[in-house]
Amino acid sequence: MDDSNTILEVSHISKTFRSKNIFGRTTSEVSAVNDVSFRLQKQRTFGIVGESGCGKSTLARLVLRLIEADGGRVMYQGHNLLALGGEELRKLRRDIQMVFQDPFSSLNPSMTLLDNVAFPLWVNGTSKQDGRIAAHRYLEAVGIPRSSAERYPQSLSGGQRQRVAIARALVLEPKIVIADEAVSALDKSIQAQALNLFHELQQDFRLSMIFISHDLHVVELMSDTVMVMYLGMVVEVASVEDVYAQPYHPYTQALFKSTPSMDVTHKKLDGFKLSGELPSPLNPPSGCRFRTRCPMAMETCAEHMPELIEVGDGHTVACHLYGEADVARRAI
Amino acid sequence: MSAPVLKIDELVTEFTIRGQKVPAVRGVSLEVKKGKTLVVLGESGSGKSVMLRSIMRVLPRGAHLSGSITYNGDNVLDKSEAEMRRLRGNWISMVFQDSLSAMDPLFRVGEQVGENIREHRRFPKTTIRDQVIRLFGEVGIPSPAARTRSYPHEMSGGMRQRSVIAMALSNTPDILLADEPTTALDVTIQAQILSLFKQIQREYGMTMILVTHDIGVAVEMADEIAVMYAGKVVEYGDAKQVLGAPAHPYTQGLIAATPQKGKRGRLQVIPGQPPAITAMPGGCAFASRCRYATERCRKEMPPHTQLAGGHMTACYKTEDGQALAQLVRQ
Repeated sequence: MDDSNTILEVSHISKTFRSKNIFGRTTSEVSAVNDVSFRLQKQRTFGIVGESGCGKSTLARLVLRLIEADGGRVMYQGHNLLALGGEELRKLRRDIQMVFQDPFSSLNPSMTLLDNVAFPLWVNGTSKQDGRIAAHRYLEAVGIPRSSAERYPQSLSGGQRQRVAIARALVLEPKIVIADEAVSALDKSIQAQALNLFHELQQDFRLSMIFISHDLHVVELMSDTVMVMYLGMVVEVASVEDVYAQPYHPYTQALFKSTPSMDVTHKKLDGFKLSGELPSPLNPPSGCRFRTRCPMAMETCAEHMPELIEVGDGHTVACHLYGEADVARRAI
Repeated sequence: MSAPVLKIDELVTEFTIRGQKVPAVRGVSLEVKKGKTLVVLGESGSGKSVMLRSIMRVLPRGAHLSGSITYNGDNVLDKSEAEMRRLRGNWISMVFQDSLSAMDPLFRVGEQVGENIREHRRFPKTTIRDQVIRLFGEVGIPSPAARTRSYPHEMSGGMRQRSVIAMALSNTPDILLADEPTTALDVTIQAQILSLFKQIQREYGMTMILVTHDIGVAVEMADEIAVMYAGKVVEYGDAKQVLGAPAHPYTQGLIAATPQKGKRGRLQVIPGQPPAITAMPGGCAFASRCRYATERCRKEMPPHTQLAGGHMTACYKTEDGQALAQLVRQ
């Protein structure tokens, strides 16, 4: 990978949540994100996919410092965002904006749509009027008619609210947009409109995107590179073509098999079994965290945490099935 | 062809909102055959859940039902509340989307499943307990005897949905109604629950009506599919026909708008959004979003047109161009 094309580099970032009793002693720990590294290329989309509790949303919040990381680095324009503070951080963070899942709680119900979109500009010192002028422009870009700008979020449908949330993310002219399950709450016909909007805006505004979703098909549609996570760990990273053509990790394979296809002649789940449930993140299994559900689990999986190794060009996987000497795929 | 177990005829379900009658279901006719699965596919607000709840008559106060729902020769809508109580959870049971609110947080799950048996059968306590443990085993809950003593909050979403399914099965019902039973679950757990439904259906010979917004789930489960839009069934027929050769522009649009394996870049979209339930247009409700719509579509509601193999659709395009639809099919 070419370094000059990297816009954001996350390395070895980790976060453990601790719950404490009234004496301040740690009673339990949840390792939500464990040693995750990735690179976001300029004007590309990096997809993160995984089930609930895999740490994908925590990871997004760590990058933006909505949650403080325990360790690691987030390099953006030669600065480590995690080490910055004050004005410097505020300035750089303007370039990275987020769109959240729930458009019902992410907009301020007591502000008009226009003010909702203008608000980030006001916070950053733009005058009331200039802010509103810019907000009008962005509302238009996401397809909200000018006549609706003075309405309140309550009067809009979920799909339209999400458009407003996208306009608000764009108004600061970010370089990077993080979409955290941004289309998951929408109905399919509305979801398609929102996905196309992301595509258009990405081209129009030259955005780099981190696209987080639990939906494999949505991630495939949107991404150039895909990272699969399980219980806070990265299990596989590859270009979208590679990972969908040939998933290596047993979890990625299971995830693909679990996702119903739209092919009416082929019912995939007949005879399907991925036994067991997600283990409690309070007490993750030793070694590989997937081993308790893995049909290929071996002794060594319980003892050693597998490292990410390269199995193809830019295709890495964390699984003991694939040794350095043996990158041939073993089918399930 | 076996006779239908349940037949819905011209069902209309209306709510009264601020003195105004609002129809959520606007004349739905469907039937399910014994041992088969009917999937009702639709987006939020299409009336699919209200339709399902109308069968059980579990609707908020002020709901008004008309039409008929025939089960075992009787019209369910004519039954008294006492008769309904004998029907619910016994001959017809239901699984809801949100398993957490489907259970009482103050009682152990085993007791709640047992309560449904006790409600309908006079069995000694120990028999009921054994039955519950057997049911828990059948729906794939590990160490069933111990799990019957758990409280709902102590279980994961998948396990809780399994116990709700155990409750629904506890009196071996004729018909199982499921309202988005896997929507709140992760895909790997969804896959487990869907296979569980299939396995149960094989063993019990049960008839199922499953409501979902997810075409993938419909593909996996359906023998027949009814596509609902704005309170009406717009397309109805064998699953392979409806999804393989969709006749209604809404079904076609919905399939094209769904991301699927191998799709990259832009999607084809259905423009606009569904009409508000309080402001239904005359004529076809989909007309304002439909690229084939004509003046006639906006004025009159197209009737159901019969296509080959029992496949039905409510669209003037297919009525006029049936020859064309036949051609597409071949």
